[in-house]
Formats: sequence, structure tokens, C-alpha cells
Amino acid sequence: MKVFKLIFKNALRHKLRTILTMLGIAVALLAFGLIRTVINAWYAGVEASAKNRLVTRSAVSLIQPLPLAYREQLLKVPGVQSVGFANWFGAYYGDPNNFFANFAVDEAYLEMYPEFVVPPEQKAVYLRERNACLVGRKLAERFGWKLDQTVTLTGTIFFGEWDFVIRGIYSGAQPSTDETAFLFHWDYLNERVRETNPGMADNVGWYMLLIDNQANPAVVSETVDAMFKNSFAETKTETERAFQQSFVSMSGAILAAMEAISVVVVFIVLLVLANTMAMTARERMAEYAVLKTLGFRPFHLIGLIGGESLAIALGGFALGLVLMIYVCNGFATFLTSNLGNFFPVFELKNITIILAFVSALLVGVFAAIFPAWRAVRMRIADGLHRVA
Amino acid sequence: MKIPVSYSFRNLWTRRLTTILTLSGVALVVFVFVAALMLSEGLRQTLVATGVDDNAIVIRRASQAEVQSAIDREQANIIKTQPEVALDSNGKPQSTSDVVVLISLPKRSNNEPTNVVVRGTSPEGMRLRAEQVRVVAGRMYTPGLRELIVGKSLQQRFQNCEIGSTLRMGGTDWQVVGVFDGGRTGFDSEIWGDAEVIMPAWRRQMFSSVTVRLRDPQQFEALRQRLESDPRMVVDVKREKQYYDEQSKFMAIFINVLGTVVTFIFSFGAMIGAMITMYAAVSNRTQEIGTLRAVGFRRRSVLSAFLIESVLLAVLGGIVGLLLSSLLQFVSISTTNWNTFSELAFSFKLSPFIVMQALIFSLLMGLVGGFLPAVRASRLKIVEALRTE
Repeated sequence: MKVFKLIFKNALRHKLRTILTMLGIAVALLAFGLIRTVINAWYAGVEASAKNRLVTRSAVSLIQPLPLAYREQLLKVPGVQSVGFANWFGAYYGDPNNFFANFAVDEAYLEMYPEFVVPPEQKAVYLRERNACLVGRKLAERFGWKLDQTVTLTGTIFFGEWDFVIRGIYSGAQPSTDETAFLFHWDYLNERVRETNPGMADNVGWYMLLIDNQANPAVVSETVDAMFKNSFAETKTETERAFQQSFVSMSGAILAAMEAISVVVVFIVLLVLANTMAMTARERMAEYAVLKTLGFRPFHLIGLIGGESLAIALGGFALGLVLMIYVCNGFATFLTSNLGNFFPVFELKNITIILAFVSALLVGVFAAIFPAWRAVRMRIADGLHRVA
Repeated sequence: MKIPVSYSFRNLWTRRLTTILTLSGVALVVFVFVAALMLSEGLRQTLVATGVDDNAIVIRRASQAEVQSAIDREQANIIKTQPEVALDSNGKPQSTSDVVVLISLPKRSNNEPTNVVVRGTSPEGMRLRAEQVRVVAGRMYTPGLRELIVGKSLQQRFQNCEIGSTLRMGGTDWQVVGVFDGGRTGFDSEIWGDAEVIMPAWRRQMFSSVTVRLRDPQQFEALRQRLESDPRMVVDVKREKQYYDEQSKFMAIFINVLGTVVTFIFSFGAMIGAMITMYAAVSNRTQEIGTLRAVGFRRRSVLSAFLIESVLLAVLGGIVGLLLSSLLQFVSISTTNWNTFSELAFSFKLSPFIVMQALIFSLLMGLVGGFLPAVRASRLKIVEALRTE
């Protein structure tokens, strides 16, 4: 136990230096945590997707609609339990830069999302009223919307001003559930499109298929796509997870850049700590020589230097963890006000903390290698000589 | 009297290992800082270069991007015949009605289907954009046929885009007959064909946008006011440059916010690194400082000598970081631009302004990191300093 005491005392010999080093490590680990959290936020949609949901969309591109008539045919496909459909509405509230997800959905679609928890009495009212809408808890908070309030959205794809009455506020069943969406009746959209732009009516953006637990998603997908092969609107069917993944991979280059940056951070941490350890070891060469004279073996020296390096690294990690928890919350608010609800889910994950911890450990070990090697290799006479 | 700068420089040289470690820390921070700025600058420049100063673009009101917009033939004709629109040598208006659709194509690198823009344009459109776009391989598409020409950078990134290959879209096969060079514009990431063939294939009756050349850029306001108040249409009229600038906004903000926040946090790490180094420098050289003071150098001179040392350290790091990041200019990246929902290729762009920002940033890191240690050095009492071992 004396060894630990010695390590501890050694670490505190230059209090200012140790504190600064810890602070440096903490701040860099904070940046690491933040970047990892942003990357995770990107994958939130993938994680929230269910295994038994398939998405059928136009094979040409996502913005190309499919005819409403496909619904009946899709229902006949073996393994398909129910079929819902939706349209991306793409409207904004107030400022065009206030992005949030809004879609027109049918009743079946809503039933497929049990993770959107709406109080039953609110849902009943919603289903009764044509121009009712359901909004996520976080979205309502962001715009200060209340139940039964009328809100007006401006369409970018479906032109004009659209009035909705908020009849339900849903919350997510899991932390990964998107609580920032805006859902309303597909019929409400279609009716108005039929009046203003009949050519666009009776089209849906994508179908959502709920399949039996025993059904093979790949087989169902193939059956569906084969059914509409060579028709005017060919389809592409995939699992919801793959569908969400395709959104993520659109920004692949940006994500790769962020991953690279998060590695750079670890190197910065390493540089800061290695610098401190190199300085410390150089100053103490004479002491190490004395220890060697007294009969301490190389592994004692390695233990002393490595232990101190690890202690500082872990101290920095602990401090960084506290910072991470606070700043991630703050940054989430900051992002929302600058970029709208681009990241519906923004939370610090355990895996991020574990990664930061492992990085700190590794950095602690690597920072000690060079000084320890020098201390071990040093000849006693040379070390003692430094005193004079 | 001042302590010569060479004193500071030599001190850095004497303690090479520590200097290199600290310098690398600063260099990495500046590298990330510059990389983020270069990325958003590259994105902005690419999109802004797509627009031309004396062009105006008309889209349906509140559409934000061409993909969402719709303008019918009658409206397009009204827009083209406005008095502000420049005429060509044959007395026809210099304008084009384009249709913009998205298709998904597999990428070469990972076979991942990705959205790309297909622009149906017109012979007038090709003339209007002659300065930005020219066919470099194969030939121009023939109006009236199912033929396409593809942008150079798009051709490099996507499968099935060689001359002679067929693309299947809108339920029919299309022949790729040429490659065009769109320079550093967004057009380079597009596929072009004849609007009059693309529209029926997609069963569309509407154009997406109308672009007109103005006789005089000053007349833009007059044109905008007349068209936006015309009861026969609900449109937004924008200068082309401004339109494309807005297309880059979301991504540029995202990269900037993230880049700034991250480097701001990073810079603390680097400043602390510099501070540790400088504190150690001061305590190692206590006797030396005492000597300097004893031979008559003022407190101020000692302070500035240490500040100069720290600034030197940081600025050298900054220069290394800048050199590293300038290599990124050879890297071209492509990502989906969320404003248009389609893939866009662009490269990292270094501008004099970014260089200046980076240097000021590293200078500040040096100043802040070195200030406290320098103050400590200047406050040392001569007698005590000389007495320390």
C-alpha cells in the first residue's frame, strides 16, 4: 500500500501541473464524448426501427410517389399483417429554417407505432377530427404548443397554409423514440390536393408493412418488388432498419470526418499527458537513481511512473465525465435552437463513457512508456550526477 | 532593454521533446479548426459558383429548392417575356425552364444507392450556362431523344455512368452519350437531359424552375416585385447566387457549429498544454531568470520574453497545422446536401481569411497559455531566484 501512497504523493508534488494536466485531459475527453454523441444521434433512427416493419417505396427515388391502389395488393401478400402509408409533408412553422419532421399518415400506420404513446382519450378525439394532429412532446415544448391549440404550417411540397388542431401529444416508449414528429390525417391532405392539384392526388410517399413474426422479411420484400416489376411505379422494399440506414449513409463522409476527429482528440490527450510525464520524469532522474541504488528493480520504477500517469489520466477522466454530462445537455439545447430538430434524440450513451474510459487508460499507459524506458535504461552514476 | 527573440527561440530548441509535444498539440487543434472551416467554405463556394450574378431563378413560393417546386408552361412563358429579361441575337429571351427530378443510383465505392439530381433542360439552357458547363467527352444529347449527359464528378462516383451505358429511370432506358465538365459547380454532380423528354417520362406537366438572364442586374428588384405580385402565379424570385447560397446554409451551419464547438473545447486542451510547458520552463530556469534580472533586465522584458516564447510555440504549431490541413485541398468529398436531398461533391477550400483566422487563433492560444507562467517569471524576486538550485 505504501506504493500507492508514494504514487499519490508524487502526483501531487507539482499540484498546479497535475491539476492543469487533468483539466486538459478532461476537456479533451469532453470533446470526445460530444462528438461520439453527435455520431450516435445520427444513428438514432436506425436504433429505433423495429424488426417486423418493412418500408415499400418507389424504386426510382424517395420523392417519387406510389399509387394508393397498391394498398389492396400489398395486403394480399403472404406474411403481411397490415399496411399503413404516409406522405412526407415537408411544411414549416413560422421560419423556414425551423425544421421538424411532419407527415400525413393513415390510421393503420399509427397502429404500427406502439412506441408513440398517446393517451387513449386524446387519440379518440384525434381519430374523430379531420384536421387534428398529433405532436411529439419535445416538439410541443420547443414551440410552446398546448393541447387543443390551432397551428398553421406553411407547405413547401404541398403549397399553401394549412391549419391543424393539436389533439394529442405523444411521448416515446423508449429513449430512442423520436419525440419531435408531427403527424396528421392523410385524408385531410389528400382532399385538399384533389381540389387544387388533381394530378397529385391519391398518391402516397411510402408504405409501411407490418409482417408476421414468422415471416421472412427478405421473402416478403422480394414478393412485393416482383409484384410491381415493370409497372410504371416499381417499388423497393426493405426493412425499416435498412431504410433508416440509407439516410445515415447519405452523410457518410461527414460521419467519417467526425470519427476521425474523435480519434484526433485522443491523440491530443496523449500529447498533453506525455508532455507532463516526460517533464516529471526528467526532473526526478536523480531520485530514480537513488531508488535504483537502494535496490529497487526496474518494474518498481515502471510501476511508479506508470501508476502516476494512470492516476492523472483517470483523474482527468472523472472530471471529464462530470463535464460531459452537463455539456451534452446544454449542447442538445444549443443544437435545437440552431438547426431545429435535426437530432430528435441526443443523449450521452454508456458506450461513449466506456470508450472515453478505455481511451483514458490507454493514454495513461502510453504516456508513461517513454519516461519509464528512460528511467530504466539510465545508468545510476549518470542519474546521481545530475544532482551536482 | 529587451531580451532578444533568439533567447526565446533557443529555449524552445533546448527542450526539444517537450516543445515538439506541445507544438503537435497546437498543430492538431489548428488542423481540426481549419479543416472544419475549409469544409464549409468548400461547400459554400461550390454552390455559390453554381449561380451567376445576372441570372434570376423563379420557383414556386415557399418551395425552398427546385425539387419541390412546380411551374406550369403558361407561367413559364409569362416569366420569360418580362421586359427585364435579356434577349439573344435572334431576339429570343435568354432563359430556360428546367425540370428537376431525383433518382437513386448505386455509388462505385460502396454500391449504396444515393440520390442524384436529373435536370431536364433546353438548348437555351445550355447556352445560358455555357460559361459554367461544357461537354468534354462524347457528345451533347440530342433534343427529343432519350439521351443524357452526366457531370464529370458524378461520373467518377457512380456506376453505370460511362458513355454508352444505359440508365433505367421513369420506367424506360436512357442512353448516356456525353460527359460535361461543370467546373467547381453543383452542376458537376448532376445528370442532364432534354426537359421535353424527361417530363412525359415522369408524367409531369410542370417545370421545376425558370432561370432568366437579366438585361441589367440592377433591374432584379423590379422583376421580383412584378412577378411576386402577379395574380397568375405564386412564386419566389431570387438572384441565382442567393438561391444557391441558401442551398448550402443548413450543411454549412452544421459544419460550422460543430467545428467551432469542438475546436473551442480542443483549444482549451492545447492552451493547458502550452501552460504546463511554460510553467515548467519557468521553474526550470528560475536561476537563469534571477541572473537576467540581476544584470539589469526589467520585469517587463522577462514577461515579454516568456510570452514571446509561448506565442512562438503556438504559432509554429499553428503553421504546422495549416500546412497539414492545406493537404486536404487535394481531397474531394461528397455527401448528401439536406437542402436539396441529393448528393453533392465538393472539396476542402483554403481561403486567405481562413489562414488569418487560424494564425490569430494559434496566437491567442499562445498568449492565453503563456500569460500566467510569464507573469510568474516576471514576479520572481531576484535574490530568491538566484539562491534556488
